[in-house]
Amino acid sequence: MSDNQLEQFRAETKQWLEANCPESMRRPIQEEDDVCWGGRNFKFQSDDQKAWLDRMAERGWTTPTWPKEYGGGGLSREEAKVLKEEMKNIGARPPLTSFGISMLGPALLKFGTHEQKQEHIPKIVRGEIRWCQGYSEPNAGSDLASLGTKAEDKGDHFLINGQKIWTSYADKADWIFCLVRTGPKEPKHTGISFILFDMESKGVSTKPIKLISGYSPFCETFFDDVEVPKANLLGELNKGWTIAKYLLTHERAMIGDMGLPAPLTPMARECVGVDSNNQLQDKALRADLAAHEIDGLAFALTMERAGDEAKAGASLGAFSSMLKYYGTELNKSRHELILKLKGSDALEWEGQASQNGKIAKQWLRTKANSIEGGTSEVMLNIVSKRILELPDA
Amino acid sequence: MALVLTEEQTLLKDSASGFFAERSPISSLRDLRDSYDSQGYKSDLWQEMAEMGFTSLLLSEDEGGTGFGFVGAGIVAEEMAKTLAPSPFIASSIVATSLLKATKNAHLSDVASGQKIATLAVDETGHHSPYTPKTTSDSDGKVSGNKTFVPEGKAADFVIVTADRPGGFALYLVEKDATGFSAEQTIMADSRGWAKLSFDNTPATLLASGDAAKAILANALSKANIILSAELLGLSQAAFDMTVNYLKERKQFGQIIGTFQSLQHRAAHMFSEIETTRSIVLAALQAADSKDVDDQRLAIMASAAKARASKMAELVSNEAIQMHGGIGMTDEYDIGFFIKRARAVQNLYGGYHYHLDRFASLNGY
Ligand SMILES: Cc1cc2nc3c(=O)[nH]c(=O)nc-3n(C[C@H](O)[C@H](O)[C@H](O)COP(=O)(O)OP(=O)(O)OC[C@H]3O[C@@H](n4cnc5c(N)ncnc54)[C@H](O)[C@@H]3O)c2cc1C
Repeated sequence: MSDNQLEQFRAETKQWLEANCPESMRRPIQEEDDVCWGGRNFKFQSDDQKAWLDRMAERGWTTPTWPKEYGGGGLSREEAKVLKEEMKNIGARPPLTSFGISMLGPALLKFGTHEQKQEHIPKIVRGEIRWCQGYSEPNAGSDLASLGTKAEDKGDHFLINGQKIWTSYADKADWIFCLVRTGPKEPKHTGISFILFDMESKGVSTKPIKLISGYSPFCETFFDDVEVPKANLLGELNKGWTIAKYLLTHERAMIGDMGLPAPLTPMARECVGVDSNNQLQDKALRADLAAHEIDGLAFALTMERAGDEAKAGASLGAFSSMLKYYGTELNKSRHELILKLKGSDALEWEGQASQNGKIAKQWLRTKANSIEGGTSEVMLNIVSKRILELPDA
Repeated sequence: MALVLTEEQTLLKDSASGFFAERSPISSLRDLRDSYDSQGYKSDLWQEMAEMGFTSLLLSEDEGGTGFGFVGAGIVAEEMAKTLAPSPFIASSIVATSLLKATKNAHLSDVASGQKIATLAVDETGHHSPYTPKTTSDSDGKVSGNKTFVPEGKAADFVIVTADRPGGFALYLVEKDATGFSAEQTIMADSRGWAKLSFDNTPATLLASGDAAKAILANALSKANIILSAELLGLSQAAFDMTVNYLKERKQFGQIIGTFQSLQHRAAHMFSEIETTRSIVLAALQAADSKDVDDQRLAIMASAAKARASKMAELVSNEAIQMHGGIGMTDEYDIGFFIKRARAVQNLYGGYHYHLDRFASLNGY
């Protein structure tokens, strides 16, 4: 695409966004309720939130680079970058956030049949079906491949029995993408299949688990003689591990991508105070803040570089594990820093002044960043084996 | 601008990499050190670098240069650092060239061609404090004072000196045979061509004065620190590669030490520090070439890059020795050269805390 065409695309996009992004959708996401997850039972916060989703979905811009054939935007990476920049310029919120977009979609597009794509992709694009991820089990966390939930071949369907855990939003999701054991006698990585099914199927039940942050975003999920049609298998039987890993690279890139967060300077100046040189009173904290902001800048530029390298044809592969490790550890230290800037006020848990402990709860939520989607230790294992090629014990 | 090298830049990287590996392996620095060479680099290597066009990267083709700009200069600095090749590249072809260019000085072409060596003499104590020199000059331009930690100070044909002049700050140019000027070699940990300079009523040419001189110096120091960040990146990458290779060779407890997870994780962590530094260094180099980046923004990028690269280099150079065990402490093994050079580069034109402080101030806190 020539620079001219790209500039024209930019101009048109700007104009369209200006005309179609409701004013109230141009404010930063403040809390969980501001996020549009979509799904059968989703309650829109406002008419604006629904209009914004519908307008973007109609153009496929909820998933800008996905093929037009299945309802996606069909944009090139360059165009998608322009769209992202123009949205950022007016402060537009993402119209839709979902595991369908960030996790399942890329795997479906790569491994799904035409029929499977036709059935599922448009509903993801339009936010009609909300997906959850059934990977982890009580005894299969970091060692995911030792999972035991089994799927038995019953001729025209699979019969699924077992338990998942830490299933984010399982109680709100419509469908689940799930790892199941179909080859009990095969070595652990080669007996796993990747299967999709409706959470309303008979025999599926969920039980919410409360987090240290007080939120309850995830569940135990039980399968008791759940019948799933054979056509719901994604990819080949016993080849699910490859798909699972492919999906994880997308998940990791997403979790790691904290973007370039807003500078903490205004909060620091307000909470810590400045001296006659216009510097923060607390010099030690000032140095910590500067070091953190520099790390944040270096990381945001690294995300950008990884994107640019992908555009130039490089594959991200295990580099996504480095990004996940670095981005999540950085986000944790950012929230520790916020706690230091605010002092004891940051620990208020209830009451109006603290908006019911918003800062404390967000701080605690970030502790999960380096666990969910694969722990930091596991990311370091992957970098050392796959990138540095250090040997196994 | 995309954060990737263009095809031309990749070619430059490949040719620089091959050139330094062949023409100036680490043994070359070791030879210079062991022979107590006072020049601090080998003239034939410098000559060849000039022929490769490395001395005139900052000049456009119209100005008689190679037109690669700062991204190109960063590439050369990074590759040069991988073999710790000693040369006046940074002092002369980057810092002095930036200053001579900004002051439209006639010596520029001789310096860019590599025929003459120039350097900046700015520090007076072990701490970088560029805008408040104790060195003075009278209104006739006679300079008196002392400078320390001057790169290639012994070899330089011209020295650009900061001084306090009646009416304000000034930048002067002093020729090496000017009266009252003397340069004394300082042997430092990294075995490079450092010197202490003294000026006693030394006649000098005024290059710039007042706020204009400060702005010119600030701009040149920002650019210098960005190139030094590239040097830190290159030497850290090389020390890291040597270390990872060692982890794959050395056996203890009947196994390759690279199978130990505590070492694997530390190596993987270093990798992440190196790669995030690589991004900020490239972005800073592009900023130095961009006409749309103002001095304030350039200074922010320079301090961010230098602070980041310094912290990363400190980590990597320390871990490199630790992971080599006893052999890492021996002079015979090359890894020690990296930590010594790292600390010198970290210190030059402001270390980690200097740049953290500057970054905070520039960002309004
Ligand atoms: C907020 C949140 C949301 C989540 N959402 C989902 C979801 O939607 N779907 C889903 O399937 N799962 C989800 N998870 C689960 C998550 O993927 C697992 O918690 C994670 O993979 C770790 O597994 P585990 O909890 O069993 O910990 P363990 O594997 O038991 O780890 C315990 C500790 O041991 C370390 N460890 C384990 N193995 C190694 C090793 N080889 N080397 C070094 N250290 C090691 C770990 O790093 C960790 O520090 C979620 C988790 C959280 C916290």
